[in-house]
Amino acid sequence: MNFFLLSVLKAAVVAFVLLTTLAYLQWVERKVIAHIQVRMGPYRVGPHGLLQPLADVIKLITKEDLIPPHVNKFVYLLAPFLAVTMALISISVIPFGTEISIFGNTTWMQLTDLNVGLLFILAVSSMGVYGIALAGWSSNNKYSLLGGLRSSAQMISYELPLSIAIASPLLLVNTLSLREIVQAQTGSILHWNILRLPAPQIISFFVFLIAGFAETNRVPFDLPEAENELVAGFHTEYSSMKFAAFFMAEYANMVTVSCMTAILFLGGWQPLFSPAWGSNYVPTAIFVIAGLIAISHGLNPARRLDRITLPITGVVFLLVGAVFLMPAVQSALIPLFWFAAKAGAILFLYIWIRGTLPRFRYDQLMNFAWKVLFPVALANLLVTGLIVALT
Amino acid sequence: MDVILFLIFAIIAVVCAVNVVVQTHPISSAISLIGVMGSLAVLYLLLGAEFLAMAQIIVYAGAVMVLFIFVIMLLNAGTEAKRGRSLTAQLLGLPLLIAFLALASYFSQRFYPGGAAVHFGAFKGGTAQNIGMALFTQYLLPFEVTSALILIAIVGAVVLARKEL
Repeated sequence: MNFFLLSVLKAAVVAFVLLTTLAYLQWVERKVIAHIQVRMGPYRVGPHGLLQPLADVIKLITKEDLIPPHVNKFVYLLAPFLAVTMALISISVIPFGTEISIFGNTTWMQLTDLNVGLLFILAVSSMGVYGIALAGWSSNNKYSLLGGLRSSAQMISYELPLSIAIASPLLLVNTLSLREIVQAQTGSILHWNILRLPAPQIISFFVFLIAGFAETNRVPFDLPEAENELVAGFHTEYSSMKFAAFFMAEYANMVTVSCMTAILFLGGWQPLFSPAWGSNYVPTAIFVIAGLIAISHGLNPARRLDRITLPITGVVFLLVGAVFLMPAVQSALIPLFWFAAKAGAILFLYIWIRGTLPRFRYDQLMNFAWKVLFPVALANLLVTGLIVALT
Repeated sequence: MDVILFLIFAIIAVVCAVNVVVQTHPISSAISLIGVMGSLAVLYLLLGAEFLAMAQIIVYAGAVMVLFIFVIMLLNAGTEAKRGRSLTAQLLGLPLLIAFLALASYFSQRFYPGGAAVHFGAFKGGTAQNIGMALFTQYLLPFEVTSALILIAIVGAVVLARKEL
């Protein structure tokens, strides 16, 4: 019974953290894009718009749930459900950190470790295409249909370079279990797959990243929802929570791809350099610096309110930094910090690129997949295979 | 537990398979076929073949069926009209089905008498490593011949498509 209780507890924690992350990822995206475009972004609901995700959820739930006439009702209702389920399910095999002990029970910071974990994620994400394709088809709207067609063609095309890019680091680590993949990269940054001898996977890393952008339908590959050509693409006819389901699926896919990049190429929860050189003090240092900056700004306030809010924020940062020094929780928090830092950096890259790059044309998109990305990934796999076989 | 799971997913597979034929709309048939592929993958998983189960989902449910649906969407195929069945099918359908099931059960009893039930977790040879070793040592020739066959099929498809353009 202990095992069941522990599993339920872990699943609840992971689900809560994931859903909160999805909600706040959207807030972070709006804020970052706003600052790139020299705007303020959400500012009205809560301090710095921090309660905006909550307001959005309430708005989406209370909106009228419209089913347009002449849609194929079963498929129309199935599609958003399928999209969001397949997007959320992959988190169950992602390892967040090392083994920890809670009240005498040792457990891994991972819901379950399949020995085909990587294939599981590929399988689930390939099922996610149906959500979008069927949504486009069942809506009985030509723009939706075009969006659905585009997205399925795009996702099939980019799945090939993505899978081949995954295959090359697998040659180095010799396992499909995500936990063992991370364990094989123990040590400093030089042992991560991206820089690991004898075959550094830098090319593979970039192919995976680009194909990941295309798989998640993000800028510059967001043709399925190109609003100047297709209104809103496959989700034109969806409203209320069904629209929110597609939105959530997109963000969950972003989180999955970021976690996968961190695990496959950036060493998962492994620190940047060895703990012997003091990598355990990096989180504390970052939080202490942030806290000191906040306090020093609070002492020379630009606005009247800053005199109160900034020192409080600074003290909170200092306290968080102190928590990272406590030996009781350090062993659990440090791996989590590194994993979150890596996945968060990739997520920031996603948002940054959305604020920077224009959208591809459709023929450019297909040419890029088949004539550039696919041969590059294949050549990289061949070279990696040769090097691994010869050494 | 594994018997219950087997029964659930076997029934889903059979119902979906029948549904593929019964449905008049191509998309509904295709969705039912995805159901068949998915429940087959679960049956593989119950037998201990994890790699095969995942490959089944990635290749069949994730790639082949996406292409099917893509083509159906592209051609915008509509609902097919139901036509009456021929007299032969009406008269001989049920007796032939029963005869076929009887023959199948007879031969399976004859060649595998007293076959033991397979338990979940009893078979350990389903990992990626085992299948890779088998494919590239024992079954290398069939593997290579199959890949050549698929290549020929792709080239053939391109040639046929070019003629139509």
